[in-house]
Amino acid sequence: MKNLIKKPKFLWIGIGVIILASLMVIGSCGRRTAMKQERGGAAEAATMTYVAPGDIDEYYVFYSGGHSGNVYVAGIPSMRHIATIPVFAKYPATGYGFDKETKEMLGGFEWGDVHHPALSETKGDYDGRWLFVNDNGNNRIARIDLRDFKTKQILGPVPNVSGFHGGAFITPNSEYVLAASRFSIPLPKKTAVPVEEYATKYKGVVSGISIKPDTGEMSVGWQIEMPPYAYDLGDAGKGPSDGWAFWTTYNTEKAIGKLEVTSTQRERDYIVAVNWKEVEKAVQAGKTKIVDGVPVVDPVATPGLVYLIPCSKSPHGVDISPDGKWIIGSGKLQSITTAYSVDKMLAAIQNKKFSGEEDGLPILDYDFVKEAEVNVGLGPLHTQFDNQGYAYTSLFVESAVAKWKLGTWEIADKIPITYNIGHLATAEGDTVDPDGKYLIALNKLSHGTHLNVGPSQPESSQLIGIDGEKMKLLYNAFTEPEPHYAQIIKADKLKPIEVYPKEENKNPNAIWEINDAKIETGPGTVTVKTILVRSTITPTAIEVNQGDKVTIHLTNIEQTTDELHGFGLLEYNINVVVDPGETKTIEFVADKPGVYAYYCTNFCSALHQEMQGYLVVKPK
Amino acid sequence: MADRSEYIAETESTSDGWLTRFLNNKFLFLEQPLPPGSRLFAVIAALSLAIVFFFPLWNMTFYSNQYTDGLTLDIYAYHLEGGKTPNRDDLLEINSLNHYIGMRPLLESDFAEFLWLPFAIGGLMLLALRAAVLGKMSKLVDVFVIFVYFSLYSFWSFYYRLYTYGHHLDPTAAIKVPPFTPPLFGEQEVGNFTVYSYPEVSSYIFFIYGFLLLAAILWAWRVNRKADA
Repeated sequence: MKNLIKKPKFLWIGIGVIILASLMVIGSCGRRTAMKQERGGAAEAATMTYVAPGDIDEYYVFYSGGHSGNVYVAGIPSMRHIATIPVFAKYPATGYGFDKETKEMLGGFEWGDVHHPALSETKGDYDGRWLFVNDNGNNRIARIDLRDFKTKQILGPVPNVSGFHGGAFITPNSEYVLAASRFSIPLPKKTAVPVEEYATKYKGVVSGISIKPDTGEMSVGWQIEMPPYAYDLGDAGKGPSDGWAFWTTYNTEKAIGKLEVTSTQRERDYIVAVNWKEVEKAVQAGKTKIVDGVPVVDPVATPGLVYLIPCSKSPHGVDISPDGKWIIGSGKLQSITTAYSVDKMLAAIQNKKFSGEEDGLPILDYDFVKEAEVNVGLGPLHTQFDNQGYAYTSLFVESAVAKWKLGTWEIADKIPITYNIGHLATAEGDTVDPDGKYLIALNKLSHGTHLNVGPSQPESSQLIGIDGEKMKLLYNAFTEPEPHYAQIIKADKLKPIEVYPKEENKNPNAIWEINDAKIETGPGTVTVKTILVRSTITPTAIEVNQGDKVTIHLTNIEQTTDELHGFGLLEYNINVVVDPGETKTIEFVADKPGVYAYYCTNFCSALHQEMQGYLVVKPK
Repeated sequence: MADRSEYIAETESTSDGWLTRFLNNKFLFLEQPLPPGSRLFAVIAALSLAIVFFFPLWNMTFYSNQYTDGLTLDIYAYHLEGGKTPNRDDLLEINSLNHYIGMRPLLESDFAEFLWLPFAIGGLMLLALRAAVLGKMSKLVDVFVIFVYFSLYSFWSFYYRLYTYGHHLDPTAAIKVPPFTPPLFGEQEVGNFTVYSYPEVSSYIFFIYGFLLLAAILWAWRVNRKADA
């Protein structure tokens, strides 16, 4: 009898499970059908992304390479990866980090975490000169010269900054590249204070890194000491909001421990609005204290510099519309994106429409400054713009992109992506003059939508056509970790060189005639001037004594495209690649006796294999 | 002029043997005065040679799969100039490639022509001006004959250069090719390259120079014949 009574219960549970499972299957089928529909016209999408052999792409995309420390360059619309620019980590493929100069630039660090690339701007538009990237891992910021696609400067670790996540964001005339701390710490660095005193003793920092207008040389201009919130993403104002910069914050609870709980208790966090032009004036007026060599402004002591704007909780992106009139803030745990009016913000500041203050900073009245709340969908993160007045917001939780209209605040379209989109990037989408046309969804998870490569899976980036009314998924590409953000620039704005002109090489150790190659021996030192040219490394043999400090200057005297030569030295852990017309220097102590071959590592010619020589280290 | 007309009157009346008549005629021809038109031609010819210092004499272009736009080599009267773009130095590239077959690098310092050619060009300019100033057919014929000699010698010299570069190959070269002469005029397949070799602006200027001198001679001959008749 007992069994009979129990059976129906199991039956009901069984039926329940079956219904639930069917719903899930139907649900996932529905999703797939939706994606297939978006893909509909596969031939059309294929044509739109096909770049025939010999043809070149229309746009460059510069992906941040996350914790690889690199920047990845691809072409749009083909989405083909073209080049890797090493920035914060050694990269044997180009010899980066092995020669004297780049080794010194890396400063002993072996990784970095590139999050947000920023192209230099003139009058709010990309000028194609430099690309700045932040290092969330070791608090650095780097400049890549787009004339040769090489990292030219690494600044940092920047004093007082901890977790350079809130950067790199550039001001409209490349006056500053701005960055803010993600992890507040007690200042100056090397001060140890127990975590329990976080709320009172720890500080956040906003940094203005000055850029020299002619050379792009960076230096720390000033910093603002901020309350210990986590500063996340930012954007510089333009047009009516020029002179302002904005960052989202989370953990305004100033909590410690398990932040996923402790920092998500409030319904609202803040967008901080920083008047960087006023900060500049305060710095010039000497209203600063010097902390670890940097002039630091206290926004509580000097009012008028920093304001708090309430934003839905745990926001990620804050983005300024191309006309500079709207501030778009997205709380990633909610389903709305808020559009704030810059005019109203300025009016609120002028008329002191404050709803209170926190940590000594005035809070602007949300209802006064808010223009609209747009119901974009679940987990809005980041917003970009096109040339038709539309905004595109990534939805992490929903795995979709929402297209909506600025001004009418209506949702126009939505497209599912695979999966869990973080940032998105539209063509020249953060300038005053976006191009529209293309959008790339930078997805955090690819979940096996590719050939199976084992558990360590690539990220995914999806090309979406945005010139029609409906967004069209055009292409899936798989990118190395981790495309946090990207910059897309029209190809004709860049005019890179392909050869370093001989006349420009001012390296005192450069030589251009094979007869000038020589070995100079001093007490305990050997200096070699070496020529690399098809297909010989001259000199072809170098003799040193064990313990000698060896310096080898390598000049590639080629003046033609793509004739790179490498110099790999066996068992001495050395490999550099020297571009045509370039001179590089390697230094090492010949501490291992014996005979070690060196050879050209970068395939150059029919007799590349013969391009080799010997280092003879005579034992002591 | 008076001597020449007297001479004409004198010789017309006598009846000598053929050799004497021939010499007399030659003398008459060479002693002709140059009319203004001929002098002008000679001056233009002299001045036009100045262009030679600014434009190449000859061009060689080397096409291959990797160099679809062609490696170019311009030969001037006084130096060699490879095509040069920000992305390539063609002379360096040609030498880099030629070394594999053991060809001597093309070095300006090896070319004696670059010393005597400008000197000779200056000489040709002066001689043409001299003919215009002295105004005698014989001077014009002198410079024309010297020019023809100069042209033939230059061609031979250029050909001999090409022959030497293609025949005196380093026996230790990585790639052994049978000795060859790069083309002086026209196209030729050399390894993976197709080589085109053609005259350039300055060669045409030389041609014009010669043509103007010849025109000056013919013009003077025609004008004087009319006057004599």
